[in-house]
Amino acid sequence: MITATHYVALSLILFCLGLVGVMVRRNFITVLMSLELMFNAVNLNLIAFSFRLGDLEGQVLAIFVITIAAAEAAIGLGLIIALVRLKDTVALDEADVMRS
Amino acid sequence: MDFLVANFGAIFFYVVAALTVAGGIGVIAARNPVHSALYLLWTFFMVAVLFVLRHAEFLAAVQVLVYAGGIMVLYLFVIMLVRIKDLRPEDVFLSGIAPLAVLGGVLLGALLAGGILLGSMAMGSGDPAALVTIGDEVVGNTEAVGWVLYIRYLVPFEVVSVVLLVAMIGAIVFGRREAALEGSAGEVGS
Repeated sequence: MITATHYVALSLILFCLGLVGVMVRRNFITVLMSLELMFNAVNLNLIAFSFRLGDLEGQVLAIFVITIAAAEAAIGLGLIIALVRLKDTVALDEADVMRS
Repeated sequence: MDFLVANFGAIFFYVVAALTVAGGIGVIAARNPVHSALYLLWTFFMVAVLFVLRHAEFLAAVQVLVYAGGIMVLYLFVIMLVRIKDLRPEDVFLSGIAPLAVLGGVLLGALLAGGILLGSMAMGSGDPAALVTIGDEVVGNTEAVGWVLYIRYLVPFEVVSVVLLVAMIGAIVFGRREAALEGSAGEVGS
């Protein structure tokens, strides 16, 4: 019998994977992708509890999370383009000054 | 064989969960960003399967359409548009803090797992049939979600659309060329 706990455990693993990815990668694009991994873990949690509690609000909240994730992706990729124009690199630790 | 049939749901979950985690590991371990993106795409599809298992059919469709179809294409566009002076293979990871970061991730995972074990004892429960009903009438999951989204959450729905608009404008501003930026700055200044 698969319970909400199984899903929460899986989402925990995914979230920590995303967290480690954000911390260890140097490539801005991959960091953003790790962030998406974390968003997905959160959505999985919301869906698991929505099922467990028989409450649709979890699913509606997950829709909002997906929307915000889309907004975050657009902004983040815009930042990547700006960083590449400025520094000609996608390495995050090169982005260490706040003005050109 | 009887065991397989009796536990099909559980076995299916474990297989999909293992594939999801494998995709996640691929995202953070692949050295080529395009490979990372493809692993991420795989993870999105697996998560969509898990959504279906938890009676969130509409969200599974949204996951495939918006994430796999929209956001991932955006990522791949940027990876291929940006003339990346490729990171040397030894520069892919922040070597100095990588072991510490992994340790931190595992530690946080252990703490959260403890929290889950404690918390799962006190979880409430309800009838999953509520996910496909409006009032007493059984409809589809999509219709039920729409009902909640457009009636109880109409205002947040509109607000989040404004957030998207702001993000879009922001992305355009970031993406403009230097020359265009300087030109418009001059206009604003004069």
